[in-house]
Amino acid sequence: MYPERVFPGIDSPSSGSQEASVPSPLVQAATLETPPAPAQPSYRSWSRAIGDITSAWQHRELWGYLGWQDIKQRYRRSVIGPLWITISMAVTACALGLLYSAILGSTINTFLPYITVGFIIWNFINNCVLEGTEAFIANEGLIKHLPAPISVHIFRTVWRQVLFFAHNLVIYFIVAAIFFKTMTNPYQLIEGGSWNPGIGWTVLLAIPAFVLLVVNSVWVTMLFGIIATRFRDIPPVIGSLMQLLFFMTPIVWFADALNKKNSLGGARPTWQKYVVESNPLYHYVDIVRAPLLGQQIHWHSWAIVGGLTIFGWGLALLALRNYRARVSYWV
Amino acid sequence: MVSIDVWNASVDFPIFDAKSRSFKKIIMGKAGGNISADSGVPVIEALRDITVSLKFGDRVGLVGHNGAGKSTLLRLLSGIYEPTRGSAKIVGRVAPVFDLGVGMDPEISGYENIMVRGLFLGMSRKQMEKRVDDIADFTELGNFLSMPLRTYSTGMRVRLAIGVVTSIDPEILLLDEGIGAVDADFMARARERLNDLVKRSGLLVFASHSDEFLVDLCNTAIWMDKGRMREQGSLRSVLTSYKGHDPFENYPQDVLDRISDPKELVSERA
Repeated sequence: MYPERVFPGIDSPSSGSQEASVPSPLVQAATLETPPAPAQPSYRSWSRAIGDITSAWQHRELWGYLGWQDIKQRYRRSVIGPLWITISMAVTACALGLLYSAILGSTINTFLPYITVGFIIWNFINNCVLEGTEAFIANEGLIKHLPAPISVHIFRTVWRQVLFFAHNLVIYFIVAAIFFKTMTNPYQLIEGGSWNPGIGWTVLLAIPAFVLLVVNSVWVTMLFGIIATRFRDIPPVIGSLMQLLFFMTPIVWFADALNKKNSLGGARPTWQKYVVESNPLYHYVDIVRAPLLGQQIHWHSWAIVGGLTIFGWGLALLALRNYRARVSYWV
Repeated sequence: MVSIDVWNASVDFPIFDAKSRSFKKIIMGKAGGNISADSGVPVIEALRDITVSLKFGDRVGLVGHNGAGKSTLLRLLSGIYEPTRGSAKIVGRVAPVFDLGVGMDPEISGYENIMVRGLFLGMSRKQMEKRVDDIADFTELGNFLSMPLRTYSTGMRVRLAIGVVTSIDPEILLLDEGIGAVDADFMARARERLNDLVKRSGLLVFASHSDEFLVDLCNTAIWMDKGRMREQGSLRSVLTSYKGHDPFENYPQDVLDRISDPKELVSERA
């Protein structure tokens, strides 16, 4: 499992030009001979960053088990255990669904599924980002005492969120069953909004969309985890930012609401529309939510998410390459 | 082949206090012009110019005062800390036993803790399932194994930890002291098992203050002092210069042969 690990010094020059060191006078010529240092690849190499990830993937039994334990442990002494995850989400979605459908003048039949799915997805994204910043900080003891690829802690964090998502998804199936009739026919979320075709074969698109969401969660956790370990001000900053983004993202309100105003007032889209469109989290939510609710699929959202995936992974791999070995020093 | 090679390795810890561990100082520092980010961060030089080469069959004791760098060296050898300067190469599966409490979760049962710790030490789930009965026998914890760990006494936790660690088959075993708080009867059996474990593992590095333990498990030693290697050699000679007297005067001759001249052992192995 650990075939061979070479650790060239973190501050060493990248080539094999090791300084011929003057042996400390205190070190007596020992009984054990010391071979000369070989030429080694740079400490900051791509292969070692990739190696960390692949080796962590081979440890999937470990983080798989730990992720389950995290969930079980949170509800260890409660009677109904992880079912609380589902229940608390159901209560939130129902309460907000009833309230906001009245405020926004939407029918409960379409609004409750909308807000439920939005909340489930938002919860996943929000927790991935927030717990991602804590991925290494929270595992200080393990990092300092057991040699494992640092990506193990990343996968564990994301896996835990996937399990939470799976618990919450139960509510989607219940809600979809209750409102099956309205959801499978063309519907409008609000009067004057765009027409949605209703749940059909496109529901299958939710699977690749969620996979894409998970793939993105990994880079987010990796990048934010590394930065937050070095700069401890980051977690609170991200925390307040996510709160703001929650209100900026159409979850308890509709992106349609802005179109509607527009269709009454004039031909050109309002600036608010651009604010929504420029919020990347809107697109992340939309690619999963639209197929689940039988809404129109926005292919430009897929394109934006795809681009962000590549860009984010690039950044995260760069951080992993440069600072992977520093994490155990920083925690 | 199992081996650890370290060349001129140093380990420096940047100590970010609450203030400098933020963007504020770096940004301000850059703006001010004079203070660079690095100069603002105090650095602890934990290890300096470490050069060791360990091979299959080596049993090395680490001695030195508190804070001399023994534990940091063990972490360097395990690959947890990559050297800030110099380089290190580790070939083989490492099983580090530094802190018996780490990776132990008080809320989950003894059985589950056995599993988690085993997985962390590089075992698979199936391998651990095979070993669970053996560990249960050895620790004598009986029904307590299905109780949450928080109900255990300190000694019971140590039993569990030793039970798990000694049940695996490591190639490189790195032991830090910290085995105490168990009753004498268990200690005797733990020692036996530890000895077996050391025989099974290809390479041992053991940090301890106990001459008895060292003589049981090791034949060579390294004396750490202020982050440097002060002396490396046979256990007897290193301990003699470390303590200022020969602690093994009254030991039987065969033991003395083992701890005095590691070269012979090398040739024996070859």
